[in-house]
Parts: sequence; C-alpha cells; structure tokens
Amino acid sequence: MKNLALLATLVTGALLLYGTKDFPAWGDPDAPASTYLSPTYIEEAVSQTHVPNIVTAVLGDYRGYDTMFETVVIYCAGMAVACVLWRKREE
Amino acid sequence: MSREINEHTAGEDLLIKTSVRLMVPFIQLFGLYVIVHGHYSPGGGFQGGVILGAAFILLAIAFDLKISQKYMPVTVNALFCNLGACIFIGVGVLCALVGGLFLDYSALDRLLPLGEIEWHSFGIFLVELGVGFTVMSSMILLYWNLSSGGAMDEGL
Repeated sequence: MKNLALLATLVTGALLLYGTKDFPAWGDPDAPASTYLSPTYIEEAVSQTHVPNIVTAVLGDYRGYDTMFETVVIYCAGMAVACVLWRKREE
Repeated sequence: MSREINEHTAGEDLLIKTSVRLMVPFIQLFGLYVIVHGHYSPGGGFQGGVILGAAFILLAIAFDLKISQKYMPVTVNALFCNLGACIFIGVGVLCALVGGLFLDYSALDRLLPLGEIEWHSFGIFLVELGVGFTVMSSMILLYWNLSSGGAMDEGL
C-alpha cells in the first residue's frame, strides 16, 4: 500500500513537472498575465475600488476568493491543533 | 540555594511585568491601526491580526496563561475565531443574496446606497476585519495549546 502511494505521488509529481514545460518564461512580456491582467489591475484598481493601495485592492477584491480560503486555512489550522492537543485536566 | 532563588524569581521580574503592562495597550492599538490602515499603507487583516494576537501572547509569556485568559477568555476567543470567518463568508453570501455575484461588494449598494465604488472600499474593510479576528484568535489558540501541551492552565 505504501509503495502504491509512493508511486501515485511520483507519477503526479512527474505529470505536474511535465506540465510546467508549457508555462510562459519567467517575466515573459507576451504571457497572458502580462499582456492584459497586470496592466488592468495597475491602471484600474484605484478608480474601480477607491483603495490607494493596489495590494489591498487585489487581495481583498479581485482575489477575494483566494483570501477567503487563506483565512479558512488559518482557521482550520487553529481548530486542528486545538482538537488534537486540548484536553480536560485529569482529576 | 541559588537555583532555588532563580526558580522563585523566574517570571516574577518587576521590570518585565511593568514594561509588558505598559506595552500591551500600545501593541493592541498598533494592531488595530494596521488592520484599519491597510487601505493606505502596507498591512491588512493578516498582519494586524498577528500583532493583536502577539499582544496576548506577550501577556501569556510575561505573566502566565491564566492572566491572558482573564483578559481574553477562552470562550470569547473561540467566538472571535468563528465570528471572523463568518464575517468574511457572510459578506460574500450577502452580496450574492442581494443579487450580485459572490464577494462582489458593489451589489451591497442596494442595501445601503453609499455608491458602488465606495462599497468596494468598505467591503474590503469588512473582509479585512473578519480576517483580523480569525487570525488573532487562531494565533492565541495555537500559543495556548502548544505552550501548555493542551492543558490550558500553566503555560511556559
């Protein structure tokens, strides 16, 4: 069973690494992210959200879904540690 | 003999206790500032929440767990932890309920007409507040549990 899990991990990892071959080069100006996404955020963020800090605008508004689950991850981490460790005092 | 004195005086230092007592309110104020001022400067819910949590952790280190639990009771802490996550998801669901998309704050303009763009700004603030609450109480909960091995009484 352990070998099977190792095999599955290795195959998935190899597939993911193979997939990165199709990524645009680092900082490629012709990549989709650089041709319209970043310029739109930089040009429109302040007028669309009235937040002078673009990082906050992207994090809280454009990427709100991402931030929501980041919060849930921290919440789950706290709850998991509490569930594992928290015990009643032995009397 | 000297070891006994050390054990006796450990954690009873007047300097540490007095300076922590002076520092904690300012650390909390700074944490709130970082959350609220996230629109204009580096900061936001995560950073401010950690600073707020650090104030209570400092209290627990300088005094002991009981003192920090006097100022932040375990139940209130758990309430904050859940409330924060509920604020974030609640704002998102509310946007969907009043007819917009999930987490599209401009839809909240139909509830309280402040202007759609202003609602984007205010929605981000509400969401950051929720993040701050959850991060603060998660940090405190982690410290309490890890430092006392789950007993939640003595601490380090």
